Amino acid sequence: MTTTTLIWLIPLPPVLAFFLIVLFTNKSKALSHTIAVGAAFLSWIGSMIVFVRALGVEHLGQEPFASSVPWFPAGDTAFRIGVLVDPLTAAVLFFVAWTVLMIFLYSVGYHNFGQPVGDHDHKGLPPHGATVEEHGHKHVVPSVEPMYSRFFAFIGLFAFGMYVLVLSDNLLTLFVGWEIMGLCSYLLIGFWYAKESARDAAVKAFMTTRIGDVFMLLGIAYLYSATGTLSFREIFTEGTLHTLQTIPSGFLGFSAAGLIGLLLFIGTIGKSAQFPLHVWLPDAMEGPTPVSAMIHAATMVSAGVYAVIRMFPLISLDPRTMTIVAFIGAFTALFAATIAVAQNDIKRVLAYSTISQLGFMIAALGVGAYVAAVFHLITHAFFKALLFLGSGSVIHGMEHGLLHTGNHDVDPQNMFNMGGLRNKMPITFWTFLIGGFALSGFPIITAGFWSKDEIFADAFANGHLLVFFTLAGAAFLTAFYTMRQITLTFLGEARTPEAEHAQETPWTMTTPLVILAFFAVTYGWVGIPEHFPLLGGLVPNWLHEFVGGTLAEAPEAIAFSWIPLLTSLVVALGGLYLGWITYRTVNSAAEDRLQIPLLKNKYYIDELYDRVFVKPAYWFAENIVYKLLDQGIIDGVLHIFGPATQGLGAFIRNNFDLPVINRFFGDGSADVTYWFGGKLRAVQTGRIQQYLMLALVVFIAIGAVLYFFMLA
Amino acid sequence: MTGGQIIFLLVTLFTLGSGFMVVTTRNLVHAALWLVSTLFGVAVTYALLNATFLAVVQVVVYIGAIAILFIFAVMLTRKDMRDQGPQMNPNWWLGALLSVLVFVGLFLLLQGWSGLSTTVADLPVGFDSISELGNALVSPDAYVLPFEVASVLLVAALVGAVYVAFNRK
Amino acid sequence: MVPLSWYLIFAALLFSIGLFGVLSRRNAIAILLGIELMLNAVNINLAAFWRYGQDVTQMTGQVFAIIVFAVAAAEVAVGLALVISVYRRRNTVVADDINMMKW
Repeated sequence: MTTTTLIWLIPLPPVLAFFLIVLFTNKSKALSHTIAVGAAFLSWIGSMIVFVRALGVEHLGQEPFASSVPWFPAGDTAFRIGVLVDPLTAAVLFFVAWTVLMIFLYSVGYHNFGQPVGDHDHKGLPPHGATVEEHGHKHVVPSVEPMYSRFFAFIGLFAFGMYVLVLSDNLLTLFVGWEIMGLCSYLLIGFWYAKESARDAAVKAFMTTRIGDVFMLLGIAYLYSATGTLSFREIFTEGTLHTLQTIPSGFLGFSAAGLIGLLLFIGTIGKSAQFPLHVWLPDAMEGPTPVSAMIHAATMVSAGVYAVIRMFPLISLDPRTMTIVAFIGAFTALFAATIAVAQNDIKRVLAYSTISQLGFMIAALGVGAYVAAVFHLITHAFFKALLFLGSGSVIHGMEHGLLHTGNHDVDPQNMFNMGGLRNKMPITFWTFLIGGFALSGFPIITAGFWSKDEIFADAFANGHLLVFFTLAGAAFLTAFYTMRQITLTFLGEARTPEAEHAQETPWTMTTPLVILAFFAVTYGWVGIPEHFPLLGGLVPNWLHEFVGGTLAEAPEAIAFSWIPLLTSLVVALGGLYLGWITYRTVNSAAEDRLQIPLLKNKYYIDELYDRVFVKPAYWFAENIVYKLLDQGIIDGVLHIFGPATQGLGAFIRNNFDLPVINRFFGDGSADVTYWFGGKLRAVQTGRIQQYLMLALVVFIAIGAVLYFFMLA
Repeated sequence: MTGGQIIFLLVTLFTLGSGFMVVTTRNLVHAALWLVSTLFGVAVTYALLNATFLAVVQVVVYIGAIAILFIFAVMLTRKDMRDQGPQMNPNWWLGALLSVLVFVGLFLLLQGWSGLSTTVADLPVGFDSISELGNALVSPDAYVLPFEVASVLLVAALVGAVYVAFNRK
Repeated sequence: MVPLSWYLIFAALLFSIGLFGVLSRRNAIAILLGIELMLNAVNINLAAFWRYGQDVTQMTGQVFAIIVFAVAAAEVAVGLALVISVYRRRNTVVADDINMMKW
């Protein structure tokens, strides 16, 4: 089949899985997950085939696989829907397909497929364990998730949204995928809907990303009105870009290109949780761990960065927009890293880590490091998905211990309750370690090192020193809190009986970890810079050539400089060592000197937003819209109708119905009949002679009529 | 005017006059007696029509039985021998008007009929009307059934009259 | 000689006189007298039609008249019995007083 047909078909299996599960196989867990994982597998095959074919095309950037069809008419033209596979798409498609498949497979084990139904499990709450009788004594085992099939339906839809976004050839299709993922993030973060915290988190995620989406839509609308097209290939032509650069937008002196870029970037701020719209991402940890992996590594947040990467030719036209982008990226990176240091929940650390790493990518784009940003996006997807799935595995192991001891007050996600898990859960430990090292940028053998190093090199070489130092600081903190996390969770001795009884998770959960760990190690080697000492030149910098070909002018390779490399090594290794040393001896939160309230409480930003935005909105809704408008005005008008109609009805009844219809016609006809009857009965006298006379009169009359009119 | 016509007119006058007296006499016994004379006149009319049997039966049955019955009834229903009160009811004028109208109607009907002026045919030679009548009355392909039914009717009337007028103590 | 019309008119007159008696007399027996006159008029008609018919040997007219005799006799008998019965009960023979079948 032709490549473009195949590309069109790639997003199809997951959405089909969604519909099939929702409509038909909801009751059967095995059938649902088979359909879902099968669909992810089919999309994966399709993506791999397209990737391989894409590799074989010379100058894919100039001649990408592309196909589009008109979707709905708009005046003379039509909005189109279409697919495009250029080098950027191919590279992103690779990691999206792998991570999606791994997460789908992982979910089977995570939701305890094959385990018995829980003792008192409710739909809407996380499963709580089932009591089993084994060899005469009872113990509690993990129970299967009650809403098992629903989960797979939702992540199927999520995968569909991501594929649509990645494969789209215009902003409209991208936005469609964007919004589908927004919906699914709401559905999945609030998966356990009976928990109030989950519900609130889902609403918060949706609302916050919505703010970004509004601005993004404005940007798309402005772009369409300025150029008449939304297709990437048509926008990124010399002429169109030049036009956009020169038209003034009328807003603070930005050119049209700059303003559009800024508006689209605000969408990314929301979706990729950059400051100030980062508040939803930590709360999104309420969802099941595969969701966290999906949203925060493989798909949703990557989509935000992908959008900026895609629009890079436009955004890079305006230096002020680029500065804003770089600033927000770098600031977020450092800001989130400082918060991560003081978090005790294993998933929260990773959440802030994600925000921080996304800041790295955004900052890289802001300084013009196109390939570096793409590189880091891809490697981050692999190792962050690995870390999240690993944390899910740890939590599962801890919950196993929880069910064993029966103590439900212990938080299975608090790192201070863990410890010594490297012996209990070896596969999880080694893969998590690889992921953690990749995140920290451990040299040579992890992919994270290569991608982060490239960002440093680019920032330094182009003279963006403020960004460089901020990112270096953030990298140091990253390594530090990562090692803190690993030390507290896996190293040392078990601090609680629950950790003592933790168990390794089944193959459906550990196999994805291993596969992702493989990529976390090896993917870095496709982007080794040419001029790297010793290793550079051994393996060609395939990524730079391939992805760089997406842009009209291929970015040139950065000249090698020792300073960024050394900085990178120092912060990575230094951070790791410091984290290990410090936390070897810390056994509880009280002993941790970095539990600074300001950091622990995320700089009180949530509280600030609550006071400034949320509470006034509630007040407005309650008092103005509800009490004044709805109850007062609208209901007031309606309450006029009732009495008015009643009055009208009474009027008609008393003035027309009763006198005319009842009395005049109704009673009147009766009275007339009665009167007639009274008069007529006088005929019946009882006297035969009178009867006879009456009969004769009538007889004569009839006879006369007959005689004169008929016989005559 | 032939003799027959003159006789007819005389008989007619007699009968009609008696009839008129029947309906106008105050005294009921007189009325009954006037009825007798009317019936007699009708009998003569039958004789004029060569319906000899009818004439005799008229005298025997009507005068001999029915008129006598009337006299008996009159006798039995008087409180005293005098007649009191008016003999016409208050609406007698309407009755008169109606009977005139009926007569006029009948007359007009008769005017329109063509067979009105047929003259009498001669009786066939040797025509015995009585035996012919007898044959007709009992012959199965003539009028035996009405004859028998009439007898039943008479029985019924007999029984009924007795029952109705029976004086229970 | 005597055309049929004379007989018929004679019968009609007698009938009308009897009708007048029926409609106008107070006494119930007098009413019955009137009825008798009417019946006799009918009989004259029948006899006349027999005599002046196409075929004199057809005795239909006379037979009908005989039957009318029988009926008249029966009717008088029953009628007078009724009048006597009513007289015994109500002590009156005035027709207008026998009016209980009114409204």
